[in-house]
Amino acid sequence: MRRVLPQPLVSLMILALWIAIAPAPSLGQFVLGSAIAVAIPWFTHPFWPDPPRLVRPVAAVMLFLRVMWDIVVANVEVAWLVLGPSDRLHPKFIELPLEIDDPFVATLLASIITLTPGTLSVDIDRERRVLLVHALDVTDVPAAIDTIKRRYEAPLREIFGC
Amino acid sequence: MLIEIVASVLVLLGGAFTLVGSVGLVRLPDFFTRLHAPTKATTLGVGGIVAAGLVQSAAAGTMGLSELAISLFLFITAPVSAHLLTKAVLKHRDPPAG
Repeated sequence: MRRVLPQPLVSLMILALWIAIAPAPSLGQFVLGSAIAVAIPWFTHPFWPDPPRLVRPVAAVMLFLRVMWDIVVANVEVAWLVLGPSDRLHPKFIELPLEIDDPFVATLLASIITLTPGTLSVDIDRERRVLLVHALDVTDVPAAIDTIKRRYEAPLREIFGC
Repeated sequence: MLIEIVASVLVLLGGAFTLVGSVGLVRLPDFFTRLHAPTKATTLGVGGIVAAGLVQSAAAGTMGLSELAISLFLFITAPVSAHLLTKAVLKHRDPPAG
């Protein structure tokens, strides 16, 4: 089982996605989707030798909703910044100390930071465990770090139990 | 009728945010601030257009699964491409202090 399907959940997701984007569901699409769902994890599995376990699925849904909401709110703020006079911007690089050790969860955090407007993950320093973040308009750096840690990092650690 | 209006408003909203993203690409002063604009356009800009598609397909009685798949792919790939761009820049120069 493990040899053929190294990551059954990933395979299931790929199959579901394939069916979802198929022009019309049919047996042929199902067979083709299954073949792809089996094949892709063979290639991607070596990149994720031991993926973290989802410990708290409910918290994951809550975090997803929170990120969606933050994307909407912060988009309006950034649109305002972009259209206003550009000398109002306070762009800054922030060094965010990471408490997450797992590469997959750290990637999730970095992606959330990039997707929520106003902040952008630039680089991750695995040795120093620091995430370099670029912020479009920040004056109070410790407060910004605290917000990211409280809103996104703490829930992620809870969700994956790390 | 109502569905057409809702879908149109969503398309216009999505288009407006995509436009703001492009304006930002022109107006913002340096590479890193500019990078904020396109990563934004893919989130709320495309989000609005996808939501319009969802409303339309819900009205037509289908699930609109492909619209959800589009947003999923975008949310996964946008941070990665932004990260690759920053990686390329950091290889060429040090990040400006402050």
